[in-house]
Formats: sequence, C-alpha cells, structure tokens
Amino acid sequence: MTRNQSHIWIFLAPAVLIYSIFMIYPLLDSIRLSFYDQSETGDLSFAGLVNYVALFGDPNWSEPFWNALINNFKFFAMHMLVQNPIGLLLAAILSLPKLSGRGSYRTLIFMPTMLSVVIIGFIWQLILSPLWGVAEGLMWNVGLGDYYNAWLGEEGSALITLSLISVWQFVGIPMMLIYAALLNVPEDLTEAALIDGAGHWSIFWRIKFPLILPTIAMVSILTFVANFNAFDLIYAVKGTLAGPNFSTDIMGSFFYRTFFGFQLQLGSPTMGATVATMMFLVILIGVMGYLLLIQRRLTRYSL
Amino acid sequence: MSHTHRARRHLSAGMIHAILLSYTLLALWPIFLVIINSFKSRKAIFRDPLALPNETSFSLIGFEKVLINSDFLLYFSNSLIVTVTALIISILIGAMAAWALSEYDFKGNTLLGLYLAIGIMIPIRLGSVSILNLVVSLDLANTLTALILVYIAQALPLIIFILSEFMRQIPTDLKEAARCDGVSEYKIFFQIILPLSRPALGTVAVFSMVPIWNDLWFPLILAPGEETRTITLGVQQFIGQYVTDWNSVLASLTLAILPILLLYLIFSRQLIRGITAGAVK
Repeated sequence: MTRNQSHIWIFLAPAVLIYSIFMIYPLLDSIRLSFYDQSETGDLSFAGLVNYVALFGDPNWSEPFWNALINNFKFFAMHMLVQNPIGLLLAAILSLPKLSGRGSYRTLIFMPTMLSVVIIGFIWQLILSPLWGVAEGLMWNVGLGDYYNAWLGEEGSALITLSLISVWQFVGIPMMLIYAALLNVPEDLTEAALIDGAGHWSIFWRIKFPLILPTIAMVSILTFVANFNAFDLIYAVKGTLAGPNFSTDIMGSFFYRTFFGFQLQLGSPTMGATVATMMFLVILIGVMGYLLLIQRRLTRYSL
Repeated sequence: MSHTHRARRHLSAGMIHAILLSYTLLALWPIFLVIINSFKSRKAIFRDPLALPNETSFSLIGFEKVLINSDFLLYFSNSLIVTVTALIISILIGAMAAWALSEYDFKGNTLLGLYLAIGIMIPIRLGSVSILNLVVSLDLANTLTALILVYIAQALPLIIFILSEFMRQIPTDLKEAARCDGVSEYKIFFQIILPLSRPALGTVAVFSMVPIWNDLWFPLILAPGEETRTITLGVQQFIGQYVTDWNSVLASLTLAILPILLLYLIFSRQLIRGITAGAVK
C-alpha cells in the first residue's frame, strides 16, 4: 500500500465529479437560493428569511402550500393503506410452497410498474372517462352502474382516484421487495412449525412477518420519498393547475407552478427553491426518522 | 378425515390461483384495452370498446395520423440516445468508483461512500432550480447532453452502492495472483473485475434504465424543444394537442407501450432475479 495511489483517484474522479456537479451542488445551491430574492432584471440579492416568511405568512403562498402538503400526505396515506398491504398479500401468496406459475404471475403483475407514469395516467383517464364509458359500462354489467361517477373530475374524489391509479401501477414494487425478503426466511423455521401443526396463515403472521419487518420499513420509506417527489401523474392527468380547484395539487406540482409560473402569476426561481427546500426538509425528516428510529429498533429481529 | 383435508387443500389452492389470476387481470387489462382499441376505427372504439378488432373494425388510421402529425421516430431516437448513453457512462464510471471504494484502503473511504449514497434517498429533482441555471450557463439548454449528464448523476448513487456490495464478494486470490505477476491496477479492473461483475452490471442497467426512459420532469424543464423531445414528453405533448382524436391518442399510447413491453418480456427474468437475489436491501 506504499505504492503510488494515483489509480485510486483516477477510478473515483469521473463519478465523483459528475455526481458533485449535477447532484450535490444543485441541491446545496437550491437551499442557498431560497435565502435570496430575484429582481425583475434577474439580479439576486440576499433576503434572509423573506421567502419563508412569505411562504408561511402570506395567504397567497401559505394556503396553496398547506393544501399541497396535506394532499401529499393523503396521497402517501393511500399508498400505505392500499398499495403496501396488497403488495404484502401478493408477496405472501407468491411465496407459498408448491405454487405453480409463480414466475408468470410475478412477471405479469409487475408489468405496469415498468411503464411511464404519463402513459398510465392517460390510460386510466381514458378508461374512467364518461365519454368512452368503459368503466361505466363495466359497472353496469355487474349491477353497480348507479355508483359510477366521473371521479377524476370531482373535487372530492380526484385525489383519491389519482392515488389509486398510482397504487395500481406501483404495487409491484412492494410485492417484489417483500417477496425477496420472504424467500430469505430460513426453511427450517417454517418447517418446524408445519410439523407442529401450524397452518400457513399463522406461520406467516407469527414467524415470517416479524422477520420481514425491516423490509416493510424500507418499503415504507421508499414509498414516502417517491410520493413526496411525485409530479408526473398529476401533470399528465391534471396539467399545471392540478384541478379541479387545486384539489390534486401535491408538493411536486406546487413546486413546478411556483418555479415556472401559471396563468397570471410569474414564475420565481427563488420561491421555487424555497418550496424545493421545504420538500427537501420533509424528505430528510422522513429518512432520518427511518434511519434513527425504525432501523435501530428493527435490526434485532433481522437475520 | 384425510379426505376432507385433501379436499380443503385443493380448494385453497384453487382460491389462491383465483386471487392471483384476478389480480393479474386487473394489472393487465387496462394496457390490453388501449392496445386493442388502437387498432380499431373510431366508430368501433366507441361502439364496443371491449371487443377485439375484426375485419370490419380493424383500422390503422390512428397510427397513420400519429406518424404524420408528430415526429414520433425522432422522439423515440432521442429517448434511445439519452438512455443508452447515460447508462453506458454511468455504469462504467460507477463501476470504477465502486471498485475503488470496495478494494482500496484510503483515507476517507467510508465518508466518500456515505457521500455518494446521499443520492439514493434524496431525489435529484429537488435541485432543479439550480440544475436549470447550471445547464443554461453551460449553454446546454435544449440539448440531449444536458439530460444525459443529469441522468448520469441520478443513476450513479444506486449503481455505486450495488456494485460495491457485489465487488466486495469477489474472491481475493484472483486479483492477488494478478498483482504478483505485476499486472497494473487498470488491467485488473478492466480485464478481471469488470467481466466478473457482468450479472450485477445487468441488474443495475435495468434498474437505472426504467426511470431514465420514463422521466417527464427533466425533459420538460431542461429540453422541451421540438428537436430534443423524448418519447415520454412527446406523448404527453401530443396527447395534450390531439386530446379529442381518440384514434391518435390510443395509437400514440400503444406506440409508447409496445417497445417497453417487448424489452420487459425479454429482460424480466434478469430484472426479477436481480431484485430477488437481494441486490437491493
């Protein structure tokens, strides 16, 4: 190890450079910009906490901000309540011993995850459209036609519908990750229980589930980060205005509107950076919470 | 007793397949529905959306319109150039960095590993305001190069993390033997380590490819011009413009879906093996 070590830095340099310039520097610079103000000519001047005071104190900013943040938590809650339990259920079924066709089910259920969110958004927009009437027709076929509604267009149901579309697309991810964790549960543990007469159901909840808790925690934090960074689905289906009446606005779409402007409001890079910094904080709190609390408490269960 | 037991087993196996089949159906039929309707005439799309195209309802009018009214082939090749270039470069330099981190003892190794891992959890989109400033000041606005550079930075953290985990498991005798023969560190990496890492390289390639190909955000803010539009942005803009022309909308969706579907069916085994092998923990 006393030899010339220049090769180490040559191996590291390209990746470290590009990563630092296009990822770390912009993240830090965005935080810096959130403390600046931009004049109409484009000159930057230090403004301290002015942008934050506006974001929290001026109703023109604070109302849409809280609206987007609360909507984003609803969006996340739908994923936690629907996507991850379905993913867990599918993974549990797929990992049952002696299941035929396991590989095909896995491959096919994972398929929507591979497609662009934009495409998925448009597909569901067409299916749910009252113009085409596919969803409505199917519901009449099973006798539920009276319950059909143009869900994507109603203020009360648009956000939930969009969340469910996203859940439908991404359920494959928790399914795969939990399935992989279940495969790692040692067989002698479950076999001993089988011999003692335990059923698959109780084996799953009493033996396997506690062992895969770390994976479920990881799936949750991945969902959290992805949800608080989401944008494409809202933009594809609802455009910049996240309608009706901003009921589908989440942090990503609010950030975009703030940065680039809409209708009569001019875009503002510094306010955009302020919103991005708030998103950064929300995600950071989530990740830190995961690393400090959940990870530490759960490791004693892991194998 | 054993009879009823067996009957119950069969019943539950049937139930399990019923659950899995219905979920599979739920996952596939929306995609299938769009594809079959893109091959039908406008009338047939509305009259009987659930029917397969037949002699009277078959029509390619949507595809003709898409190819005439938009530069679909250009969007497609833009996406291809961006994705392939970003992938090749990020995997190559990512593997080099992963090797340095996993093989050599140097001051700050652990710290650098943590620094490079930040990007796994913190989304690069949050830096968009400054990325746009940076791209404009480098005179790269509306170029594919800007997208490529950003996507390399986006893909690197996970690539380095997965590959360095993998490279730590490569047995030491191979490289020690080479070192005794006086082979240079570069040759060891390019001729021994890189070929040995092929399975892991395949996994990270698939993981990194999907978000790049599907991204809407960066094409929208860094390269929205007609000449540099990627397929995701192209479809989004095209549908926004032709929203009332159902043939065109369905055909453009099908054109965007089919290549991915095909690629997925070819590589799904590799992808799934990558996930289930515990490459991501």
